[in-house]
Amino acid sequence: MISTDVIVIGAGPVGLFAVHQLGIIGLKAEIIDNLNKVGGQCSELYPDKPIYDIPGIPKCTGETLTENLMEQIEPFGSKIHLNERVQEVVKEGTKWKVTTSKQKIFNTSAIIIAGGVGSFEPRKFSLKDSENFEGKSIFYSVKDKSFFENKDICIFGGGDSALDWSIELSKKSKVTLVHRRDEFRGANKSIEIVNKLKKDGKIQVETPYQLESIEGKDKIKSVMIKNEDGKNKKIKADILLGFFGLIMQLGPIANWGLGMDKKTIAVNTENFETNQKGIFAVGDICSYPGKLKLILSGFHETALAARGCFKYARPNEKYRFEFTTTSKSIKKRLGVKNDKQE
Amino acid sequence: MAKITYIENNKEEHVVEVPNGNTVMEGAVQNNIPGIDADCGGAMACATCHIYVDEKWYDKIKKKEDGEEDMIDMAFEPNKFSRLSCQITVSDDLDGLIVRMPSKQS
Repeated sequence: MISTDVIVIGAGPVGLFAVHQLGIIGLKAEIIDNLNKVGGQCSELYPDKPIYDIPGIPKCTGETLTENLMEQIEPFGSKIHLNERVQEVVKEGTKWKVTTSKQKIFNTSAIIIAGGVGSFEPRKFSLKDSENFEGKSIFYSVKDKSFFENKDICIFGGGDSALDWSIELSKKSKVTLVHRRDEFRGANKSIEIVNKLKKDGKIQVETPYQLESIEGKDKIKSVMIKNEDGKNKKIKADILLGFFGLIMQLGPIANWGLGMDKKTIAVNTENFETNQKGIFAVGDICSYPGKLKLILSGFHETALAARGCFKYARPNEKYRFEFTTTSKSIKKRLGVKNDKQE
Repeated sequence: MAKITYIENNKEEHVVEVPNGNTVMEGAVQNNIPGIDADCGGAMACATCHIYVDEKWYDKIKKKEDGEEDMIDMAFEPNKFSRLSCQITVSDDLDGLIVRMPSKQS
């Protein structure tokens, strides 16, 4: 079991800045995120797209913003637990017990939920029987390349993942790439390579087609694909890979007894606490009158939520407001030795 | 102002008047019509306000801008009449518009 002052759920920009705001007032935090990297929507949805409304930064990409935030919280040494989803949150005495999908257990005084619109999960095939084959012959990611050698693989999707894996897996397997429209949205370079491989007969490309049905009992034998005009085509395949991007699913948060309003958590605007004492919600996931889903609003919310956590983590101490420019204790926490040389 | 008919996947119809300047997505959300999630709030950053525009109306609506088609790739069961309802702005010309919702958004 890991004991800490505050658990931050979500490693997007707002979750990362929450760690900063907790750190400068002397609270220890651990971050948990379901993705395999930090940055949340900034890394997953728009890493290369510039953001123009971060105060004091005229223009920066989601990726740069994430890197800068990581640098900013580095002095606090917070552990980041990636590839783990928080499953359960239970009150134990005056503390909260937090359990993850990897059965890691945390004991914490307070929780800040910075979960965005929920956790990212791959969008799956909509066919009902696709579930039966999932993990055996239907996959949404490639973990071990060798498993995909000497197979008949049908890849669905039109983005970079679909193109890159079509190129890579076609070296050792027969690959058919299926997309719902003629245009691909991946990098131009990848599209050129796929077109060349198609011309050389190394990849079969089928557009505008979508999956219609799967044939096979225990194993997939073939799939039927269909275009908008109702024309069907049968493709021999024993493996299907779907790359339809990620969707955001609220997941277990809905079961934690929080006041939910559709997919958001109702909070007060004094310290962004939820209806559960010691659980705070900030960023896109929280709602209150006038809420804006902006990164800058999330940053503001973390500053107040962090102070709200203080009374739970340090019940016998009084919180004192300080500036980073003048406070010796904050500078110590930041590891600043001599301002003038920094 | 335009009268818009939203048809849920279970065929239930909702007819509402949506003011000019609002989006088709807002028309549904503000009138509590189920079937449109709009997780990102209308920023074309998700695909959870996906609708099928009625065949007769599809060509009368302003064409997609860059990025919408890419986002529709990630929608649930897209077809050639798919649009993101947050990208359709209501005007008098859309009076009588009919849109249908997919069986789910995410």
